[in-house]
Amino acid sequence: MFADLFPIVFLSLYVSGVALAVAAVVGIPIGAAMALRPLPGQRLVDLIVYTGMGLPPVVVGLAVYLLLSRSGPLGILNWLFTPPAMIAAQTIIALPLVIGLTMSAVQGVDPALRLQVRALGATPAQVMWTVLAEAKLGVMAAIVAAFGGIISEVGAVMLVGGNIEGSTRVLTTAIVLETRKGNFELALALGGVLLVLAFVSNFLLLRLPGRRAN
Amino acid sequence: MAELYRLTAVKKIYGDRVALNIASLTVEGGEILAIVGPSGAGKSTLLRLLNFLEPPSSGQLWFAGEAAPVQPPLTLLRRVTTVFQRPLLLNRSVRGNVAYGLQLRGERGEGQVEAALNRVGLTDFADRPARALSGGEMQRVALARALVLNPDVLLLDEPTANLDPYNVGLIETIVRNQNETQQTTVVMVTHNIFQARRLAHRTGLLLNGELVELASTADFFERPRDPRAAAFVKGEMAY
Repeated sequence: MFADLFPIVFLSLYVSGVALAVAAVVGIPIGAAMALRPLPGQRLVDLIVYTGMGLPPVVVGLAVYLLLSRSGPLGILNWLFTPPAMIAAQTIIALPLVIGLTMSAVQGVDPALRLQVRALGATPAQVMWTVLAEAKLGVMAAIVAAFGGIISEVGAVMLVGGNIEGSTRVLTTAIVLETRKGNFELALALGGVLLVLAFVSNFLLLRLPGRRAN
Repeated sequence: MAELYRLTAVKKIYGDRVALNIASLTVEGGEILAIVGPSGAGKSTLLRLLNFLEPPSSGQLWFAGEAAPVQPPLTLLRRVTTVFQRPLLLNRSVRGNVAYGLQLRGERGEGQVEAALNRVGLTDFADRPARALSGGEMQRVALARALVLNPDVLLLDEPTANLDPYNVGLIETIVRNQNETQQTTVVMVTHNIFQARRLAHRTGLLLNGELVELASTADFFERPRDPRAAAFVKGEMAY
């Protein structure tokens, strides 16, 4: 049984890990830029981002499904029912969380500090880096929240992955399947594995350099 | 002394409020110039312009004989720095704060950092978290963080407001010493006229964005020409 479990755990970590990395690399600079240089119409953009933070995964899954389906605009990629489709869907779920929470973390840094940093000779990129370093606890919270959101979601990976054994089955879709089959003990055990996984991942994330802020 | 800054018909307007309206002002290289005036007179706005953090709304700012462009190059920006009223330290150690400006410039400068810490009397505090220090100590960290860059111009925005006399004296001594040994040009704004009198070679009075008096510090305090300056010096101006 544990031998069967291993690929499922691995795929869960792989899909959510890659999605989180993409969302962080793209979302943190966007969130910081939105906080540092509000554009005209920024409030509307904020509203859209905050709404995106509550996107139902199953709706994202549906949209990605339609995009990637054979007759859809991205059907040519042949990603449907493969891990890349799951990564794409989870990235879309994670991105607004990373952007929105990074934005509020950066907004929490004293604006006068930005002026001081510029007065000390920082380039715009150095200002952004310094402010992100000041807001690192909030940025870590953004990453942790996004990871929690995608490792535990089931709707999107179910739709675009298809829960195919040995290929696109992850912990959450396995739990659904085992519950439907009446294997409640196995489903509960998988749930336990998922919780432990989330706990260990967050533990590791929070131990990254920078947590030791005063 | 050579002219370092020249402001001609400089205005700074925020919305429909004229924050600064200076017909003419020169800052000589190597001098300590104090700008006094009540809160909201435009003192801090003037310093932001002198640090090239904001361009004037109209008029021209000259630095070292050249017109300062709206987007000043980094090399120009990095010749000037400001110490603000609040120390605005980064969430890292005292040493990390003092080394910060050098890091921005890609320099390590360990000897310089230690020397700067020594100058402000904080060598023993180097590894402490900067934000855990007292107000006076934090402001000395901010001063060291500026001095370690050995700027051509040091701008001070109410640097000792809210500090105890011991730290005020310490900071004033360090600023005077920097000016005398490195010929660093200092422009400080303060609403403490006694501090201007102690430190500055020349003093100006800013009222409602306009420079109503500018003279040698002795003349400013003993023989003010403008009646508003006379009232300010005597403490008769209500603000």
